[in-house]
Amino acid sequence: MSRSLLNLMLALVACVFISFFGENFIASKFAYYYDILISIGVNIILATSLNLVNGYTGQFSLGHAGFMAIGAYASASWSNHLDPLIFGIVAGSGNPVVTNVAMFVSTLFAGIFAAIAGFAVGVPSLRLKGDYLAIVTLGFGEIIRVAILNLDFLGASRGLSVTGTYTNLFWTYGSVVLCIYVVVSLVHSTYGRGFLTVRDDEVAAEAMGINTTKYKVVAFVVASFFAGVAGALYAHFKAFVTPEGFNFFRSVDVVVIVILGGMGSTIGVVFAAVLLTILPEALRALAHTQFVPTAYQGLLENRLILYSLLLIILMLTRPQGLFGDGAAFKKWLGRSRAD
Amino acid sequence: MDKLIEVLQQLVNGVSLGSIYALIALGYTMVYGVLRFINFAHGDIYMLGAYSGFLLAPLFAQTFKFGEFDTFTPENTLFILCGAGLVMVLSMAICAGIGVLIERIAYRPLRERPRLNVLITAIGVSLFLQNMTQYRLGADPKAFPQLIPVHVVEGLGNLTILTSQLAIIIATVILLIILRFVVMRTKLGLAMRALSLNPTACSIMGVNNDIVISFTFALGSALAAAAGILVSMDSPSINPLMGNLPGIKAFVAAVLGGIGNIPGAALGGLIIGILETFVVAIGFPQWRDGIAFAVLIVILLFKPTGILGRVEREKV
Repeated sequence: MSRSLLNLMLALVACVFISFFGENFIASKFAYYYDILISIGVNIILATSLNLVNGYTGQFSLGHAGFMAIGAYASASWSNHLDPLIFGIVAGSGNPVVTNVAMFVSTLFAGIFAAIAGFAVGVPSLRLKGDYLAIVTLGFGEIIRVAILNLDFLGASRGLSVTGTYTNLFWTYGSVVLCIYVVVSLVHSTYGRGFLTVRDDEVAAEAMGINTTKYKVVAFVVASFFAGVAGALYAHFKAFVTPEGFNFFRSVDVVVIVILGGMGSTIGVVFAAVLLTILPEALRALAHTQFVPTAYQGLLENRLILYSLLLIILMLTRPQGLFGDGAAFKKWLGRSRAD
Repeated sequence: MDKLIEVLQQLVNGVSLGSIYALIALGYTMVYGVLRFINFAHGDIYMLGAYSGFLLAPLFAQTFKFGEFDTFTPENTLFILCGAGLVMVLSMAICAGIGVLIERIAYRPLRERPRLNVLITAIGVSLFLQNMTQYRLGADPKAFPQLIPVHVVEGLGNLTILTSQLAIIIATVILLIILRFVVMRTKLGLAMRALSLNPTACSIMGVNNDIVISFTFALGSALAAAAGILVSMDSPSINPLMGNLPGIKAFVAAVLGGIGNIPGAALGGLIIGILETFVVAIGFPQWRDGIAFAVLIVILLFKPTGILGRVEREKV
């Protein structure tokens, strides 16, 4: 791992420790910013994991929200039905140790469940390339959402209440650190070179005897696992999930973050996740100031108009993403040359 | 006998639905033919077609007495068709212009870039069209004005065919014949076919590729707009996201028929439409949107070239 990334990780670990002790203070005094901090964490996990597929392995998945949905519903069901049996937790009870163990178990379950789903989706669809893969993953994402809409025990269109709002800064940023660590060390390992080879030249990789489908599926399964974790964090933060929260536009949000950050640049994607989580909030705040005429308020509040323009302009002018391969940030963070 | 009528009935429903998919699929397949990329924003052109009809109809409502006739009679038929036809042709022209504009602004500068970049741009364009429409005209569904009187066609026994369904099928047949003529018998059509075979050789032969590509976008967008108008005659409620699902299903139709193949797209559209109708008819209405994806996955796994497609070898 390069020094710059090490520094980033250290910073994040520090955040985790601060959050462990400052949690209640922030949550009570700055509830709005606390919300944003959690959203940033969830988005970082989603984008970093998707970057493994879309950036490092060069595939194009448009269905990340589907796996997030699976994770969210899996962990919600676990907490609703199994926590009372295993830990004896009923709504609003339980001591901190027990609730944290419960959170860990349900998050892990969500991740594994989403990873299995990722495997099931990945095996048939990853034999496809480019545009086809994009549409098939989009299709699977939508099928997952429609399936939840039709499953009555998951609340269908009414949504599902989740027992226990266990998500806090510690769990969120702990997962962020784990996700970044896994993705970065995977990509920098010998095994991970396989991902880059698949991206750079699939035909050549095949000729060298690399099982490209296997690498693609592994990337997809790891990404799905973390999407599931993000879903679990989201579910236990909002305490209520609906299928509409995981529609196509949610997938687009994540894709926009990955593209803005620069596909294949973990640091860039982390920064983009922070930027694009804050931006809609900032624009919403701006829309309600006296400087903006009422007629244009809707324009500023609609994040998708902004995102769509961002996508088009980025592709026309800077397809490598705002932060490129992250060289500038590596220099800034690590004060060392890019590895 | 009743079973036969029932099957025939569903077949008619399927063909009229399939005609819509066929019209949209043609746009996907033609653009793929000349540029080798999937125009993600094509479903939204279909939506814009419906909206331009929605905005244009009031301008001609007085002249052509939209919504004033309850039934077709021998005297008013020609008059009604002229009115509906005018709105349709104007919407097609507007959408053709929009299609050309999109290609010029968003896709042309990326012609030499990796295909992934163009795909991302197309997703951007699609989101932009949807959300801009939502922002300007509202997210709520709008009632599409009645261009032709909708009632059951008489004299068919137990078969229930609506005039709007008949209009869809007839209009599609006419448009397909015109398209066939344009592609096979005109110089621009010849250039289109040449371009899809080999762009470099085509430009060496003195064809202006840019003009041909613009023309292809115009043609595809006009057909999608026609589909938008036709579908709104049948189910007169339009909203800014109406293009998403039909767009994807039409894409599946194009792949099913063999992407890049024009008769294939029409055939694929009909098959998807009929399949979807029968899935609903045999009692699985909740799967109607899933069947297209199932077809797509099966076809890509077992015969990725589609029914009428050619095999393209990957060269290193």
